[in-house]
Amino acid sequence: MSTVNPATRLGDLVRHRVPAQPAGPQPPRSPAVSLRGAGVRVGSRTLWSGVDLEVGAGEFVAVLGPNGVGKSTLIKMLLGILPPAAGEVRVLGEAPGRAGHRVGYLPQRRNFDASLRIRGTDIVRLGLDGDRWGVPLPVPARFSARRREARDRIAEVVELVGASAYAHRPIGECSGGEQQRLLIAQALVRDPELLLLDEPLDSLDLSHQGAVAALIGRICREAGVSVVMVAHDVNPILAWLDRVVYIAEGGAVAGSPQDVITTQTLSRLYGVPVEVLRTSDGRLVVVGQPEAPALHTDRHVEGGGT
Amino acid sequence: MSAFTHPYFVHALLAGTAIALAAGLVGYFLVLRAQVFTGDALSHVAFTGALAALALGYDLRLGLFAATVLFAVVLGALGRRSRADDVAIGSLFSWILGLGVFFLTLYTTSRNAANGTAGVNVLFGSIFGLSSGQAELAAVVAGVICLTVLAVARPLLFASVDEAVATARRVPVRLLGLAFLILVGACAAEATQAVGSLLLLGLLAAPAGAAQRLTDRPYHALALSAGLAVAEMWAGLALSYYVPQLPPSFAIMAVATAVYAAALVATRGPHARLGLAEA
Repeated sequence: MSTVNPATRLGDLVRHRVPAQPAGPQPPRSPAVSLRGAGVRVGSRTLWSGVDLEVGAGEFVAVLGPNGVGKSTLIKMLLGILPPAAGEVRVLGEAPGRAGHRVGYLPQRRNFDASLRIRGTDIVRLGLDGDRWGVPLPVPARFSARRREARDRIAEVVELVGASAYAHRPIGECSGGEQQRLLIAQALVRDPELLLLDEPLDSLDLSHQGAVAALIGRICREAGVSVVMVAHDVNPILAWLDRVVYIAEGGAVAGSPQDVITTQTLSRLYGVPVEVLRTSDGRLVVVGQPEAPALHTDRHVEGGGT
Repeated sequence: MSAFTHPYFVHALLAGTAIALAAGLVGYFLVLRAQVFTGDALSHVAFTGALAALALGYDLRLGLFAATVLFAVVLGALGRRSRADDVAIGSLFSWILGLGVFFLTLYTTSRNAANGTAGVNVLFGSIFGLSSGQAELAAVVAGVICLTVLAVARPLLFASVDEAVATARRVPVRLLGLAFLILVGACAAEATQAVGSLLLLGLLAAPAGAAQRLTDRPYHALALSAGLAVAEMWAGLALSYYVPQLPPSFAIMAVATAVYAAALVATRGPHARLGLAEA
């Protein structure tokens, strides 16, 4: 985005998002993510293969599955950091890694070091211009339209994620939930069409999990941003999901939550009994989501621990 | 103003200012990336490199730069993701210092000790002993280091605080890590000429540590770190000039340490103790 009016609402930003073509009509919006017979290999080990998946524009898709089956690897492949071992992968109609700032990314992480003395807004700003060489010139915002634009855009996304109260504090002093909100703002600051989120709820306590899940759901619904979220626990995001991808046993099953999140399908994928319950208000609850048997053998080989 | 009538003082001021500027800029990222220990290792390498050059009959500075830059590249290759890890540094540490002692012995015994104080000069610096040509070259090299740091500052900041996202954004994280280590190596070789290999860590870490205590805006901290380093260099040189009993290296380090301590006290709060760990 090069021209962001401070008064522009998020909905307007969506319409501006695709840069205007110099000539001719806009091409139809391609699916956010499309995999055909895709497989991925780390070292000599094939994590999964033969995966077909299509994520439509504006869809909220969860990637679920036991630890170590290659959920994060899927995200890395979509980012173009890891090449697919087989099949065809397209992200926003381009090869992975080519869509640039049209893709926002929130990696799986531990928290920032408590001694890191950099403000939250500076972290958000790195998402805006961190890949540009040089240093920002010390020109007061009064004299630089670009500085004002950047400042306004940062204030806008910080406001959107509800982080205005603490964005000026060093990020090391913020709580895990506050840091996560600021990082979501960082991923959103260039107005992406696709958000790739790797376990964004993992380090949060229950109340924050719900709030951050709702924030991401709202961004998806209101701004039409496609979301692919790796998740350990499906319950906090069930209300927002359009589609679920379960990775297990070297392959993946994709479908609507109602089709995939069933006692039969999950039990088959995990290879152990899993129960899906329906609450009185119609919500699904997954119970007994176990660690994958494959993981346990891995751990014994690597660490000898339990 | 009598100090400026002495060429040696003018040379020291020229070289010292440029070196301090470079050390302040490089030091900010060194502290940010928690690689201060790398600077420590480089001080040993600087000593060995300089004495190896002397023992083999080359210019001391040739050995300095060759050793520190080469070591930086080796560290980058050994350390995972170009963040040199502690074990990689520690394994090479003692061996390199021992090698320096060997070259010192070789030099003093075989070259019939025309320059008997070489070892001391490398260890503790001899900024008042720089010739006009040496000072100018040091200033030019420091200038190149400064410009390079400024050119990569923003992506380097990104890669330092948020490596995964920077990688996804196509920032060449590995390459930047290696380039930064080379900059640290070159900066260590420069600082050795000013304050000596044993004390160069202070010039790299103290102003940067103080700057990070005083502001939480990264680019302000970068500028402040460079500014503090230059001010401390000037104060140290002036102190040493007017009180001849104080060697310049000591005076510069004393001022740098005092400023850092003052910054710690001034910003004392819940995180004051963490500041100590950064140094």
